[in-house]
Amino acid sequence: MTNPVFATGDTVRVKALFPPGHVRTPFYCRGKRGRVERVIGPYPNPEQLAYGERAPDALVLYRVTFPQGELWDDYEGDSSDVLELELYETWLEQDEDIA
Amino acid sequence: MSHSDDHHHHEHPTGHSHGMYDVDPTHEHPPQPDIEDSALTRFQLTQMAVEELLVEKGILTPDEMRAQLERMDALSPAQGARLVARAWVDEAFRTRLIDNSQTAAAELGLDIGPMPILVMENTPEVHNVIVCTLCSCYPRYLLGFPPDWYKSRSYRSRVVREPRAVLTEFGTGLADGVRIRVHDSNADMRYMVLPMRPAGTDGMDEEALAALVTRDCMIGVTLPRAA
Repeated sequence: MTNPVFATGDTVRVKALFPPGHVRTPFYCRGKRGRVERVIGPYPNPEQLAYGERAPDALVLYRVTFPQGELWDDYEGDSSDVLELELYETWLEQDEDIA
Repeated sequence: MSHSDDHHHHEHPTGHSHGMYDVDPTHEHPPQPDIEDSALTRFQLTQMAVEELLVEKGILTPDEMRAQLERMDALSPAQGARLVARAWVDEAFRTRLIDNSQTAAAELGLDIGPMPILVMENTPEVHNVIVCTLCSCYPRYLLGFPPDWYKSRSYRSRVVREPRAVLTEFGTGLADGVRIRVHDSNADMRYMVLPMRPAGTDGMDEEALAALVTRDCMIGVTLPRAA
């Protein structure tokens, strides 16, 4: 499962999931919509690594760009400001394009 | 570690002096705590146990562990600064550095470690700043140990939602219309900012340029200035 589902430029939404345990998806981006900045490639699933799994699944990792206004309702900086972070494919779903 | 932990240093009330004639030989100093004064945490104990086992089982020698600690202690922002200075004087190198920092650094004889470091370039239109909101991920092989403020909850929580206010507190004002890209190194990449070469540095050689490149401007909270 290491063929990337998403491509650079795709609009994605981070799943609004709240599983227990060690995950590397910050709360502030869950449920938010961004655009794939680049496809980084397969990396071992950190949610398995954290619990000593010796043969973790390889998940495709992406860099996703979020307009700051999408993340924070009261964002006060420039409307072109962005935040970028890394997300594993299992946390992403396709969404309608951001304007 | 704070300054006062590094040295035998104690506060004296006003007027109290160690001059030759006015010392009360019975005056008291507050005791300086030894590191063994507080109980070891579970993780410190685990670390000591693993360390002893590695030696006992012949996997590592104490000398190898000491040498590795020395190597880690020797890492410093000077390495990142060398890359930045070279990128400022050599356009082709700049392109290679942004494309693949690992191989570009190797050209200068630098090993930047096993984690990919993505180099984010500042331009007149875009300013980059780096954070790790989940913990304290940092490009250690390029910049050495992170400063305490980088690991603080206040920097980590604020720079993602009010980066301009945080930059202002660092004394960094951005020109109108400059877009901010905040990079949260929350997973498998590490980041370094490639700042813009400051004005007034024409004719400076690479070594002099490297001296202008500070740790903080490679994190993106300040801008390099011609001295």
